[in-house]
Amino acid sequence: MEFLDYAFMQRALLAAVLVGITAPAIGIYLVQRRQALMGDGIGHVAMTGVGLGFLLSWSPVWTATIVSVLGAVLMELIRWYGKTRGDIALAMLFYGGMAGGVMFINLAPTGSNANLTSYLFGSLSTVSESDVTAICLLAAFVVLVTLGLRRQLFAVSQDEEFARVTGLPVRALNLLTAITAAVTVTVAMRVVGLLLVSALMVVPVAAAQQLSRSFAATFAIAVAIGVGVTIGGTVTSYYQDVPPGATIVLLTIAAFIVLTALATPLARRRARSLAARQPAGDPAECAIPASRGTGGKVGV
Amino acid sequence: MSEPVISMRGVHAELGSRPVLRGIDLTVRRGEVVALLGANGSGKSTAIRSIIGQVPVGAGEITLFGTPRRRFRDWARVGYVPQRTTAAGGVPATVTEIVSSGRLSRARFGVLRGADRKAVRAALELVGMADRAKDSVNALSGGQHQRVLIARALASEPELLIMDEPMAGVDLASQEVLARTLEEQVSQGTTVLLVLHELGPLEPLIDRAVVLRDGCVLHDGPPPRAVGQHALPGHDHVHPHAAHDAEPIRTGLLS
Repeated sequence: MEFLDYAFMQRALLAAVLVGITAPAIGIYLVQRRQALMGDGIGHVAMTGVGLGFLLSWSPVWTATIVSVLGAVLMELIRWYGKTRGDIALAMLFYGGMAGGVMFINLAPTGSNANLTSYLFGSLSTVSESDVTAICLLAAFVVLVTLGLRRQLFAVSQDEEFARVTGLPVRALNLLTAITAAVTVTVAMRVVGLLLVSALMVVPVAAAQQLSRSFAATFAIAVAIGVGVTIGGTVTSYYQDVPPGATIVLLTIAAFIVLTALATPLARRRARSLAARQPAGDPAECAIPASRGTGGKVGV
Repeated sequence: MSEPVISMRGVHAELGSRPVLRGIDLTVRRGEVVALLGANGSGKSTAIRSIIGQVPVGAGEITLFGTPRRRFRDWARVGYVPQRTTAAGGVPATVTEIVSSGRLSRARFGVLRGADRKAVRAALELVGMADRAKDSVNALSGGQHQRVLIARALASEPELLIMDEPMAGVDLASQEVLARTLEEQVSQGTTVLLVLHELGPLEPLIDRAVVLRDGCVLHDGPPPRAVGQHALPGHDHVHPHAAHDAEPIRTGLLS
């Protein structure tokens, strides 16, 4: 555990763990709404914010937060109003954001594409004190929203139309989801980078789904996977000379593959116990074909 | 006559630039069970969705429990079953988790208390799904999905149920369960407005049928019991309605 003696590693681990918690926590609602790639889109837009930070000599974390929040709100507005050409508008937003980032950073006196790379793929070992402060504040906001409003966000992400009839402020909650996703992107920017952030929002949730039946369990397992892979990736990158962001993402995908392999026999067992609980002779209710072959094999 | 729970007066609505509702008049009174019938594209779903505020209304007036819909906030009194073939989203969820979201209209700040959990449990028992409470909705059949969606609407103990094709894609066994559930609700005084493709097993419950064609009310009266010419949307069947003094039924637009 000698890596804990170094201040830069302490900062890196703290930042990584916070990303491991926040990215799946908001990502689960995006997956539930079938907008799994929204994080990726916000990541593209955030590049303009990073470029702007260099150009204005402000902290890129904060300028990226502002620009990606604006971008996420714009995406949500496009979803409301731009029914037919919404996808084209989103594409323009994404690529405009990326091009804007490259343009601004090259206009900046101190900036170059090399600076941008550390934001694209993460640069965990260079996380500074002020970065950690910003990441802690932003992560606290994300946790507060995703846990405190979990029932409301669940209802809106599950069935928007129904949620409206329960009197929930659907538009406000949608905007809040978009803003929280944008904040998460900037939290994760220094750890895994803007291009890989969406992986941490989506893959732990997909992996957790292999094991879980409930939303609550999916949430808990996804966050546990997120924390596990971010710590694992950070420590690995300390001992082996590998980029932490890429290591974390590859570990997440490995977790997905392992859990999928484990889940198949589990699902079979569950289907069998479900079939055993069901009263026999109810032909209208045969929902699970896997229940075949449970009995009758005795004595063969 | 009891007071109107839903009242639509001369409601116009457009989807895109296509007029879908062209002056709908519809009144549902307390305790009534009203079926909205009509061919595909006649505006049944749009009419229902305009009542719950999902479709913007161009002209006309809608009131819920006597309050103009724009100012109506008492959503716990309304249970809504949208037109869906599945209750599942992008992430696994249990039957209880889905039905609990129907209770949010009664829960302050989204905190579910003991009484709320009891109501969720009761709603699941009403549709005969209590034994599946902890199962993932992904493991359910089409009819069971619909039962979950109806339990979700019942979780807030509503006075008014609005349902959009609750029988679509539902197996016979579940249809019977749903008809029984509805019968129980109606006997307790719940008002029901539902879109149906055909009356089916719900026929004995229906007090009144409103048939739409091309966004206009074609028929408003007793349900067309006989299957045949009478039930067809094209059948121009006009009743004199003393109660509807505001506007005549606009069958003239159609012929």
